[in-house]
Amino acid sequence: MAQTPDLSRKKDFRYTMKQIRNNWSAYAFLLPFAICFVLFILSPVLISIYFSFTYFNILQPAQFVGFQNYINLFLNDDIFLTAIKNTLIIAIICGPLGYLMCFFFAWMINELKPWLRAIMVVVFYAPSLSGAAYTIFTIIFAGDSYGWLNANLMNLGLLDSPIQWLTDTKYMLTVVIIVQLWMSLGAGFLSFVAGFQVLDKSHYEAGYIDGIHNRWQELWFITLPGMRPQLMFGAVMTITSTFSVGDITVQLCGNPSTDYAAHTILNHLSDYGTVRFDMGYACGIATVLFLSMFLLNELIQRILSKVGR
Amino acid sequence: MAAKSGTKRTARVGLRATHSLGGDVMNVLVLLLVGFIMVIPLVYVVCNAFKPLDEIYKYPPDIIVRNPTTGNFKDLVVLLSDSWVPFSRYLFNTIFITVAGIAGQLVFASMAAYVLEKRVFPGRDGFFKLVRTTLLFTTAVTQIPTFIIMTKLGWVDTYWAIIIPAWGGSMGVYLMKQFMSSIPDSLLEAAKIDGSSEMRTFWTIVMPNVKPAWLTLIIFQIQALWTATGGVYIFSEQKKTLSYAMSQVMLGGISRAGAGAAVTLVMLVVPIGVFILSQSQILQTMASSGMKD
Repeated sequence: MAQTPDLSRKKDFRYTMKQIRNNWSAYAFLLPFAICFVLFILSPVLISIYFSFTYFNILQPAQFVGFQNYINLFLNDDIFLTAIKNTLIIAIICGPLGYLMCFFFAWMINELKPWLRAIMVVVFYAPSLSGAAYTIFTIIFAGDSYGWLNANLMNLGLLDSPIQWLTDTKYMLTVVIIVQLWMSLGAGFLSFVAGFQVLDKSHYEAGYIDGIHNRWQELWFITLPGMRPQLMFGAVMTITSTFSVGDITVQLCGNPSTDYAAHTILNHLSDYGTVRFDMGYACGIATVLFLSMFLLNELIQRILSKVGR
Repeated sequence: MAAKSGTKRTARVGLRATHSLGGDVMNVLVLLLVGFIMVIPLVYVVCNAFKPLDEIYKYPPDIIVRNPTTGNFKDLVVLLSDSWVPFSRYLFNTIFITVAGIAGQLVFASMAAYVLEKRVFPGRDGFFKLVRTTLLFTTAVTQIPTFIIMTKLGWVDTYWAIIIPAWGGSMGVYLMKQFMSSIPDSLLEAAKIDGSSEMRTFWTIVMPNVKPAWLTLIIFQIQALWTATGGVYIFSEQKKTLSYAMSQVMLGGISRAGAGAAVTLVMLVVPIGVFILSQSQILQTMASSGMKD
């Protein structure tokens, strides 16, 4: 009895080796990408886990310090806790809201005539496509009376003196969230727009016969289940963009921002990695970020896989 | 042809059944309103680039330009030709990084996607799952550990530090693989029976069939590379990018505000232009972007 699984395992192994030999050309095709992928996309994640347990300043060899970096992060680093708080606030607001915006605007745009749809897709997608154009918001929200918002509010008599939108801790995070939302219609949005166009039309016809009589019922009973694959892709894109907010806060509020009121995990990471060269500590921050993104994604994918089932 | 117009007609009957006219009008109104809000900041960017300095610092500020001028672009050229590293060098660096990054990714990602979608071999599913998971991690998030790898490889302060990671990007392979599922297997088998080698099949049958996906990969790479600043990886001035030069111009304060506005427009025009020209192909690719479990 005991021998059978052993034997079959040996057979399995031999079979696998044979499969590998027979498919050498497939591996050859995969190899160029796989090298770049493993070296620069996958191993950064693994390396940061390793170095997070060390003290490492690049010049001297890394010293093993156990959980010290994590202990410092969570117990002795108030600024990191602020960064977590800010990142979570941005993610909790921009994540769901940005995701819903992607979906609903794509849904609404889909109902338009093709020429108008083409224009609208460009209009809604352009902000996320336009790289550093969001720096225009430093003019819109500028703190002096030449700032667009301040000037207009003062002209209307709603304000007596200009508000320091980008340096007053009361407003900074709100401004960052507005700009992030403005840029949130990215790859997920495109995926939704495209998904709506290829939905199987026969499901709709069957739905009309079954008594669906307005566009909301149509959305809930037919469209959403049919869009599940795109919904899952969009969720990944939303997590990716909301957890990696960093450039926006630097450009708008400076680095460091006043009282760290707009400091995100990514800002904290750059601070330790590129300014203080405390790589072990920076890798600890990166690991926390990777882990939370990964777990959140697992959770959301699990929820989405139940949509319409 | 007859069948096609038939389904179209029934679809329209269906739309009439579920879409009230009032709803349609509301739909268009809401989209126009939100679209207007979305586009204002970009209109502001475009107008600022053509504003004379006194209009940029007018009180109260206006979004729309009154007396458009190309003075800002002339200033920009003068300013950058005076700089120690000529403007053309920054431009060359950015174009080189973007083109090399795109070319490498197109070929590598297509080759990998082809075998991941059309061949069965040990390790395939596990590898693809890894690729799918790493869609989460952008280069911004991985920059510090990547920097450690670059120092070990001695690639810091070379173009490769930006180009090669782009070749390994998971988004390209992911989208390409999903799109390749639309290529019928019979087509590939027919080629195989005709004695075509794997390489030949790939270049003569697969690649021409995935042209819409090329454009999609290109637009995503342009987004990442055209605006790449070089960040922590590059410190020699001659190797820095247009995006870096732009941020330097914008730091110049009031006297350079015009040139700063002009350079922002230059950075904006390329990705949006490419997207407008290739929108229908990109949407065709994104239709297959969904995650099948």
